[in-house]
Amino acid sequence: MHPFTYTKAADMREALSAGRRGGRYIAGGTTLVDLMRETVERPGSLVDISTLPLREVTVTERGGLRIGALVSMAEAGAHPKVRALYPVICEALELSASAQLRNMATIGGNIMQRTRCTYFRDVTAACNKRDPGSGCAALQGYNRNHAILGTSDSCVATHPSDLAVALAALDSTVRLLGPDGERTLPLVDFLLKPGSTPNREQALRKGELITAVEIPALPRPLKSGYLKVRDRQSYEFALTSAAVALHVRGGVIREAKVAAGGVGTVPWKLPTVERHLIGERPSHRLWAEAAEHAADGAHPLTHNGFKAELLKRTVERRLRTVGGTA
Amino acid sequence: MSQPQAAVGAAVPRVDARLRVTGQAKYAADNSPDGVVHAVIVESSVGRGRVTGIDARAAEAQPGVLKVISHLNAPKLPPVEGRFPPGKPLRAFQDDRVRFFGQPVAVAVATTLEIAQHAASLMKVSYDAEISLTDLSVADAAGETQTYARGDADRALEAAAVRLESTYRTARNHHNPMEPAGIVARWDGDRLTVWEKTQWVQGTVFNLSGEFGMPPDRIRVISPFVGGAFGNAARTWVHSVIAAMAAREVERPVKLVLTRRQMYFAVGYRPAYEYGLRLGSDRRGRLTASTHDVRAESSRYETYSESVLVPGRMLYSTPNVRQAYDHVPLDVSTPWFMRGPGYSSGAYPVESAMDELAHELGVDPIELRLRNEPADDESSSLPFSTRRLRECYRAGAREFGWHRRNPKPRSTRDGDWLIGMGMAAGVYDTMRSQAQASVRLDADGTALVQSATSDMGPGTATSMSQVAADALGLTMRQVVFRLGDSLMPPAPVHAGSQTMASVGSAVQDGCDNLRKQAITLAVNDEGSPLYGADSADIVIRGGRLSLKDEPTRGETYRRLLARNERTHLEVLGSYAGPSGPEKFSLYAYAAIFAEVAVDARLGLVRVRRMLGAYDAARIVNPRLADSQAIGAMTGGIGQALLEHTVTDHRDGRIVNANLADYLVPTHADMPDLKAIFIDGQDYEADPIGVKGLGEVVIVGVAPAIANAVFNATGRRIRELPITAEALL
Repeated sequence: MHPFTYTKAADMREALSAGRRGGRYIAGGTTLVDLMRETVERPGSLVDISTLPLREVTVTERGGLRIGALVSMAEAGAHPKVRALYPVICEALELSASAQLRNMATIGGNIMQRTRCTYFRDVTAACNKRDPGSGCAALQGYNRNHAILGTSDSCVATHPSDLAVALAALDSTVRLLGPDGERTLPLVDFLLKPGSTPNREQALRKGELITAVEIPALPRPLKSGYLKVRDRQSYEFALTSAAVALHVRGGVIREAKVAAGGVGTVPWKLPTVERHLIGERPSHRLWAEAAEHAADGAHPLTHNGFKAELLKRTVERRLRTVGGTA
Repeated sequence: MSQPQAAVGAAVPRVDARLRVTGQAKYAADNSPDGVVHAVIVESSVGRGRVTGIDARAAEAQPGVLKVISHLNAPKLPPVEGRFPPGKPLRAFQDDRVRFFGQPVAVAVATTLEIAQHAASLMKVSYDAEISLTDLSVADAAGETQTYARGDADRALEAAAVRLESTYRTARNHHNPMEPAGIVARWDGDRLTVWEKTQWVQGTVFNLSGEFGMPPDRIRVISPFVGGAFGNAARTWVHSVIAAMAAREVERPVKLVLTRRQMYFAVGYRPAYEYGLRLGSDRRGRLTASTHDVRAESSRYETYSESVLVPGRMLYSTPNVRQAYDHVPLDVSTPWFMRGPGYSSGAYPVESAMDELAHELGVDPIELRLRNEPADDESSSLPFSTRRLRECYRAGAREFGWHRRNPKPRSTRDGDWLIGMGMAAGVYDTMRSQAQASVRLDADGTALVQSATSDMGPGTATSMSQVAADALGLTMRQVVFRLGDSLMPPAPVHAGSQTMASVGSAVQDGCDNLRKQAITLAVNDEGSPLYGADSADIVIRGGRLSLKDEPTRGETYRRLLARNERTHLEVLGSYAGPSGPEKFSLYAYAAIFAEVAVDARLGLVRVRRMLGAYDAARIVNPRLADSQAIGAMTGGIGQALLEHTVTDHRDGRIVNANLADYLVPTHADMPDLKAIFIDGQDYEADPIGVKGLGEVVIVGVAPAIANAVFNATGRRIRELPITAEALL
């Protein structure tokens, strides 16, 4: 670990001012400290924001949900409102990490977490994300866990968050506060595909801080769920995952929200799948036909070609479980 | 003159359980002698080549950095000879060669761990890198094939009514005990004291003595607790030499603990195998022939080999067997023992093929194995000392509910899950070595028993206390067993399931002799109520000597010693180990049963329950035995479904050198594991009648799971671990 300074922000103003001077925000620390130990991250100064008043879960005026950035994963997953309105979020949270990590890690930090790409985390390997211009060891290396969607010649690292997949499916937004004030971005615009600048992972301006994520109001009733496919039963990042939310009225799917994880450089929305579902009646056949499009545009690498087929099956399975055949 | 058996056979809790779970047990790195400083290893970032330069200026400029040592400034060490494995063992900074990715190339020593870590990260090492070869599947063998043959297997195969032929592959598996390797080394003049995580304190003395060219009596190694080892601490690795060297160079005690990542470079692993297997049988499934062509990875500097061929040679009656073993030298670190070494890798192809043969012939897998039970060990022509494998099959099948298995694959469903049952046999040889134990009975009636053995998990201190308590006629609370100090009476390496047999027999010998000494003292002492009694009529219980048939006549050890003005009685117990060629074929056996659920669409395999039935002869402590079996089933689940060290063959880099990417089972992956032990003793094996347990319990687990996957899906997976992509 490289030497660094540490300050604890007493209030939002202090935090933003330290952030503007180049301080790195730290809350649960479950990603950042880990990466600092590996010297992947070498921040000169840390600004601890863990006591800022961003721990509320509130229902928005329009009937959506706002989750404060410092709400822990465990708290969010157990929150009665989240459980009642968006089971897909609870399931994504509960299938993430371990109980210990979920107690420490925050919602804001979860969205900000960095990839598990093994070459990114090994400072002796080439990695454009960690060391721009050094190359991408994963492209021709061992890439079983890497992305098949949203990749570039510079980077094929998977976005690791389960929560972000559920949030992306629900068209969630991220509230940001910075030296220039407050703004709101759709999550899918906030998280950046690697392109030629994989080191730039979020559309954050200098000193900006996530204050909350907001899930919009969706038509009721909304059935939703998250399926995570992985080698072992617990405590592993997804090979593939699917977040699904369906609004069915009069036997017809009126609203469909579908996103995939474990396969994209960012949480991967599946608009083609959604379009296939809307206006149709639930059936096994419909789920299979819609899921056929889940891996459209995939670019498999040497070891992760199986993910394209696995993703289709994952989406199909979750559609079936959530939507049934009524 | 037999003693009542009270402690042995009882499910006694671990004597050190409280120390361990309350954090009071002192592991190697918990020792901080006065003035201790910290060492952090810098490892190579190329897979083969030469170190051409080491720029340590930035590291050395850090306040608190005491020294950076590399081949540029390391003291020359005397030559050593590689005994096992044969070859030239890796030395501490004696040349500029890089033999594998992650080899230590320098060490930073500093006053705090954080400074040492930071200094190590500031080192700039340059290399003349060469192309490394790490891929077993494309590399050539060394050309020194080890062979075994009986009969004419190739001809018999041609004539066989039924033939199977397949190649099986197993991944490299790495050691991931909870306690990482750690050592604290302190020099006092020309004497060296070492606190090390080791399964063999006296082996470390021997090895350090060779490394530094100093007499072994100037070295003391202390290791009272080991946080899981599975074989990896049964060798003195180069990092231990580096720590001792650094301590001498900076003239301060040095602590060195490997990071989890460094564990993948530094403490051995289960090698990857390619195992070509052909089986021939008659129409009733009686084996007529088998051939085994095995390739295994080893390093270029040492030739490691293990008993991978044994199961295929002696488990089943087969008149014609041909085996060939080739080691393939690669630019990798040397493999090493990992639980059930050799046997667990060899059992996978053999037991998978037996399952396949049973399926082909429409015979129950247990029935097929019974038809091939040998009358004696056909590989050695020796009679079995004991072989209760039939009993294992029978008891295991009954307890597991084997009769509920539908032999037709894909016939049992639970929603999206296909359910399957599989079984496999396991075997491991019964090793014994000479050992000694000192036994001292004090005037207060308590006993101290000591031997330089180790406890990497099986509960050595507990089981030895049980043996001692019964032989001395004391309660468990009246006995203390100490281990893990090289000054104690000699013990063999705590590995190969030989500790109970070897050290246990020495403990029993010492305690028997001490008891006899006390009885002799009493019957010859006019002041004793036992004066004049026949020694053979005396038993000792709870520290009291008495006549077997007249329990009121007697006295306690305390009284006896006090009246005779003896502060203590002391005896050195010993066990000579096997002498001369074995007269019996000595093995422990297992029958492993597994039920799995497979989501074939998603490629998921989940073990639902497992049961192991074991013939390990006498079980000293069922609770500890249970813990061994459950731990090994867990390890076997890892071997079957999860564990896979991945090497990037471009530069020999291990890409999943951490516990997020190298998968071991979580609790959710081991729901219902059960062990049963077949009653029995084996006094041909050793005086206490045990056959060893810690190794055999993992052998057969992986094929039982693979066979269950076949029963669930109809897919025969011939490569471990079984992955989602293999099942899709």
